[in-house]
Amino acid sequence: MSILKATNLTKKFGDFKALDGVNIEVNEGEVFGFIGPNGAGKSTTIRILLGMLKATSGEAKIFGKDVWQDAVDIHKRIAYVPGDVNLWPNLTGGEVIDLFVKLRGGNNKNRREELIERFNFDPSKKCRTYSKGNRQKVALIAALASEAEIYIFDEPTSGLDPLMERVFQEYVLEAKQAGSSVLLSSHILSEVEKLCDRVGIIRQGKIIESGSLNDMRHLTRSNMIVQTKKPMDGLAQLSGVHSVEETGDETIFQVDTDAMESVIEFVSRHGVIKLESAPPTLEDLFMRHYETDAQSGGDS
Amino acid sequence: MSERFAKTGLLTRFILKRDRFRLSLWVIGIWFFTIIVPLAFESLYPSQSERDMMADTMNNPAMIAMVGPADLSNYTIGVMTSHQMLLITAVVVGLMSILLVTRYTRTDEEDGKLELIQSLPVGRLSTLNATIIVLVVTNVILAVITAIGLSVLGIESVDVSGSILYGATLGATGILFAMITAFFAQITESSRGTIGLSITVLLGAYLLRAIGDVSVEALSWISPLGWVPMTEIYANNDWWPIFLMLGLAIIFFIAAYYFNSIRDLGSGMLPARKGKIHASRSLQSPIGLAFRLQRTGTIAWAVGMIVLGATYGSVFGDLESFFEGNEIFIEMLSIDGGTTYTEQFIAILMVIVALFATIPPIMNVIKLYNEEKKGRIGHLLSRSVSRYQLLMSFLIISIINAFLMVSLTAIGLWAAGDAVVEGGLDFWNIYGAALAYYPAMLFFIGLAVLFVGFKPRFSSIVWIYLFFSFIVLYFGELFQFPEWIGKLSPFGHIPGMPIDEFELLPIIWLTVGAMLLMIIGALGYRRRDIQE
Ligand SMILES: Nc1ncnc2c1ncn2[C@@H]1O[C@H](COP(=O)(O)OP(=O)(O)OP(=O)(O)O)[C@@H](O)[C@H]1O
Ligand SMILES: [Mg+2]
Repeated sequence: MSILKATNLTKKFGDFKALDGVNIEVNEGEVFGFIGPNGAGKSTTIRILLGMLKATSGEAKIFGKDVWQDAVDIHKRIAYVPGDVNLWPNLTGGEVIDLFVKLRGGNNKNRREELIERFNFDPSKKCRTYSKGNRQKVALIAALASEAEIYIFDEPTSGLDPLMERVFQEYVLEAKQAGSSVLLSSHILSEVEKLCDRVGIIRQGKIIESGSLNDMRHLTRSNMIVQTKKPMDGLAQLSGVHSVEETGDETIFQVDTDAMESVIEFVSRHGVIKLESAPPTLEDLFMRHYETDAQSGGDS
Repeated sequence: MSERFAKTGLLTRFILKRDRFRLSLWVIGIWFFTIIVPLAFESLYPSQSERDMMADTMNNPAMIAMVGPADLSNYTIGVMTSHQMLLITAVVVGLMSILLVTRYTRTDEEDGKLELIQSLPVGRLSTLNATIIVLVVTNVILAVITAIGLSVLGIESVDVSGSILYGATLGATGILFAMITAFFAQITESSRGTIGLSITVLLGAYLLRAIGDVSVEALSWISPLGWVPMTEIYANNDWWPIFLMLGLAIIFFIAAYYFNSIRDLGSGMLPARKGKIHASRSLQSPIGLAFRLQRTGTIAWAVGMIVLGATYGSVFGDLESFFEGNEIFIEMLSIDGGTTYTEQFIAILMVIVALFATIPPIMNVIKLYNEEKKGRIGHLLSRSVSRYQLLMSFLIISIINAFLMVSLTAIGLWAAGDAVVEGGLDFWNIYGAALAYYPAMLFFIGLAVLFVGFKPRFSSIVWIYLFFSFIVLYFGELFQFPEWIGKLSPFGHIPGMPIDEFELLPIIWLTVGAMLLMIIGALGYRRRDIQE
């Protein structure tokens, strides 16, 4: 069952089209990864979902309610952590956490203390003295202290150290086990790979791919490392073979999934000594999109 | 040593480039205003006998408290201009310096821009240095064009040597307050703190000399603004106050550079303390937060408004005694008969006081937009806080604050006046006159809501309109502007009690207008994008 559904979202800032028909769907109990290069439109999409920006056209619903009209109702059941956490310099971290928890409604004292301890956070300092990571912890603790039905995270760990990142990941998995959904925008691909059931890749305001990681892998290339007795002349000319590189005795290249059979057959004719095949990592999937993005000039 | 100032030139040019419009607007605005006044005086008071009449109306403690002393026996157009304009213009120049210096130093530091700049091969003192250079240059330009502008007006008594001193006085005041602000920017930890302290010094200096010029002369000597009228421009042309101001400026300049060179980036000289681990109950709501964020500022304003009221009130005693011995006055001012001079004066004063009291409530509303600019509104709106609820939190504080501010000023005025006037002052007379302006204040609050709701980036127009109101009502009185000009401001529609009769109609329509503006503004705020 889908908890969050955005259909054909567009957003214009003046003449600039930041979103151009974005579709996303997050199902119940699922962790959805939202990835894409800088300026692709992730934060813009999330702000529309939070009712802070009004979509130029298209429809977005959470729990079946309109994100703009019923913002307050929806917000009672969600928790959000922005990537850039700006706080009031004169309030302490503890005060801000209490305020946030209270504003959302609900008040779980034990959970707050547990989180403060797990994140190794000192709530007695004024916010102006906190480092970036510590400011992020304020938002994370406030969000995780509440039992939400969907958590929306916009690059929540960009300032956290690896230890804290792991704590965060544990809490995300815990939330998932408890049946909550998560929308996670992140540039840390290992994190997305570890946590997410499905991912959506956005580029220049358009979702260019979405689905489970396995599905996406099928649609893409595998990495091959091959060593043969005879030199494999003509490999690079085969259809479905990409970025061929020779390193010493080994040849490294990528193969489109649907060309795998013919390529294996071609390779085996040259006397295989060694053959390694690895599924593409998320990073590989990604680099392809990022690279084409850079070639086409990227975003502003 | 010189590496501490590395790239100052580049930063200076950067500031000039980034703020060329803002800087020109300040300088040209002040310049224009200075030039236009002697021309207006010349057409309003063409003969010496008319000017002597004006001098007589000026010769009373209340006026002296407002504009300072002057050689009233020789009241030429020149003396008149410097008497009625120089001090208030100097205050405006001081304000310009305060706002600009804070903007280039503490505000940038608070926003983290300074950290980026400081990481480049830029000296530790370069930003401060560039700021000071820009401010000195700006004030010198203001001084020079003012001197030239005044000297070429072709008014006999507005001579070249006096005009040069006029420009120099404005420039020196501007430089002094630039240095004072640069100093406070090192001491405090926030731009609000810097502006707050610097404006306190500016207003404190003004009030100190008001009391000094009227009664305790020594106070004028310790106030830099007390030195301004001592130049006696277009009469004796004394230069020593200029040197005194520049000397004081150098002291603040050295102190500012010293503290800047030894303190940490992002901190002040006052150490940070350990704070609360839990939020108090009063903080745990949008309105609680809105109040908490503005608490210190509100208290400071409250104290300031009481002092302002009390300062004006304290001159009332001398007012009546002066009044008794002056026949011309009785004829001139008791036009409607039955009113005392004090009452006349209260009527003028109340509108000024109400305009001042409108500043903090407008700030309360615009604070909501400032929070948005700082990216802190999303925290609230992404929880179960609606836009209306959020706006209402800031609006309610503003509406209550307006009432509080105007009440406190009136109470301060009454208390001080009551103590010094023989037979005392009627409290309700004064309080009623002040409170009559409350609907006009609400109208301004409504206007601020409208801008925050629709075009927050243009909300400084509200300030310009308030400043405009001040000009037309304060100077409208001095220059006898036609009545309709005063009506361009909501404050001009309120009956000037206690001399005017109370009228219900303008009060009703201003209140209704204010409510409409608030409602429309709220609808706009509900509909627009929140920028973070
Ligand atoms: N208020 C605005 N006015 C104009 N353009 C905007 C505004 N907000 C965002 N944009 C533009 O919209 C595009 C999408 O921005 P967005 O912040 O959504 O990117 P993002 O995917 O979150 O990037 P990042 O990974 O860097 O966080 C960018 O090109 C940005 O410049
Ligand atoms: Mg982003």
